[in-house]
Amino acid sequence: MADKHIDEISGVETTGHEWDGIRELNNPMPRWWVYSFYATILWAIGYAIAYPSWPMLTEATKGVLGYSSRSEVSVELANAKAAQAGNLVRIASSSLDEIIADPELQQFAVSAGASAFKVNCAQCHGSGAAGGKGFPNLNDDDWLWGGKPDEIYQTIAHGIRHDADGETRVSEMPSFAEMLDPEQTKQTAAYVVSLTATPSNPELVEPGKQLFADNCASCHGTDAKGSREMGAPNLADAIWLKGEGEQAIINQMKAPKHGVMPAWLPRIGDTTVKQLAVFVHSLGGGE
Amino acid sequence: MSILDKHTILERNATLLLVGSLLVVSIGGIVEIAPLFYLENTIEKVEGMRPYSPLELAGRDIYVREGCYVCHSQMIRPFRDEVERYGHYSLAAESMYDHPFQWGSKRTGPDLARVGDRYSNEWHVQHMTEPRSVVPESVMPSYAFLKETPLEVTNVAMNLKANRAVGVPYTDEMIDNAAADLKAQADPNADTAGIEARYPKAKLGDFDGDAQRLTEMDALIAYLQMLGTLVDFSTYDDTTGYR
Repeated sequence: MADKHIDEISGVETTGHEWDGIRELNNPMPRWWVYSFYATILWAIGYAIAYPSWPMLTEATKGVLGYSSRSEVSVELANAKAAQAGNLVRIASSSLDEIIADPELQQFAVSAGASAFKVNCAQCHGSGAAGGKGFPNLNDDDWLWGGKPDEIYQTIAHGIRHDADGETRVSEMPSFAEMLDPEQTKQTAAYVVSLTATPSNPELVEPGKQLFADNCASCHGTDAKGSREMGAPNLADAIWLKGEGEQAIINQMKAPKHGVMPAWLPRIGDTTVKQLAVFVHSLGGGE
Repeated sequence: MSILDKHTILERNATLLLVGSLLVVSIGGIVEIAPLFYLENTIEKVEGMRPYSPLELAGRDIYVREGCYVCHSQMIRPFRDEVERYGHYSLAAESMYDHPFQWGSKRTGPDLARVGDRYSNEWHVQHMTEPRSVVPESVMPSYAFLKETPLEVTNVAMNLKANRAVGVPYTDEMIDNAAADLKAQADPNADTAGIEARYPKAKLGDFDGDAQRLTEMDALIAYLQMLGTLVDFSTYDDTTGYR
């Protein structure tokens, strides 16, 4: 090191560097900084002892606390489950009507059902349960298969047209492409539209009415209000699952689309299906 | 001259400082990275993992090509909220045949590590064609063109061989049958006994709703539908599951 040099003005030793007569003071680091630095070293040593850290030959040191994020999450899940256990047991052993009648249990089932809905149902029925084209809206009281808690449970548990489930709900509207000629199809569609809106050609409605009575009424009813036993939609309201307007009705008559809802009981279990049924029932259309 | 004063030697010699820094950083890097290659508990011991089938591999290439990883992660972290939403947290073993892995670092869309078997093929086609028709609040772009684009993989076997070169255990049998397996997996009328034996749990049949054509949509959905479904968690023990 160069000769010791003390700055005349401040009386502080310089580093010995000199640039055109300018010298750098060699002030020590502030005490608080030095001690903080030592503290972090001590912390690191303590941390390395307490937590998993050093890689050895076959595995890393486990640390005296035995911490792992994976065991932490399983403890957390077990705790959450234990906290819900009381309510879950009661839901498992109660009927849907009993759950809905008990305000505390109903509230629990609705919140649990809401979160299960977001994970399993929102993809098709929408996060607000408002559905979309081909996927029924669950907020209204227009039910294809029934809006009582038990009926909703049945639909969620066993699905609709889900072949793998023996108890699944099945309804298959046949294609009328062979049975009705294009003109008759148009007339029938015009009649169906006339129930809730103005058809493009009012003259088609009268012959369409007879065609409807002959071909459609057996499932959709003489008043076109549908049948829940058969899953036949109500055609006398302005709610259209497969699309609105005469062309959409004609398409559905010629080549009916059949939506499929999976059976959820084998996947998520009885308790969660019950919670979902209570949640969907609470959305506004429940009967 | 105390020991603390010796740093002036480094500070006054740029080359020495450079070499010294390199040494320190290398030691740090080696201590952090090298053990992952030999520690026995890095990759869990699980049952069910297998290399990707040729069609899944082609779908995976489309996933990478379209940059799906920019918005979708494939890494369920061990937190309660993630485990309850997506399923069991991801294991290192589940991406051991990924080159490169698709863990991602951004979730504009949801995690896809366990998206397999969650939705129907029809849902995926509709969602990929017009995302907002099934998820109104979605900001995902439309990938409708995948349905119209025939799947073109010029040399399927080379794809498998390249993966084998970096450690994926493709057998000679798998490589010999690669081109045929690629077509058979998405063909509802094909004989799939071979592919089922070579790639257990592979999803079979038509994926994009058009059995006549093999499109990029077929490949991508075949890949998505197997994500996270391979490991048999009934035989996995997270306390002793290390190999």
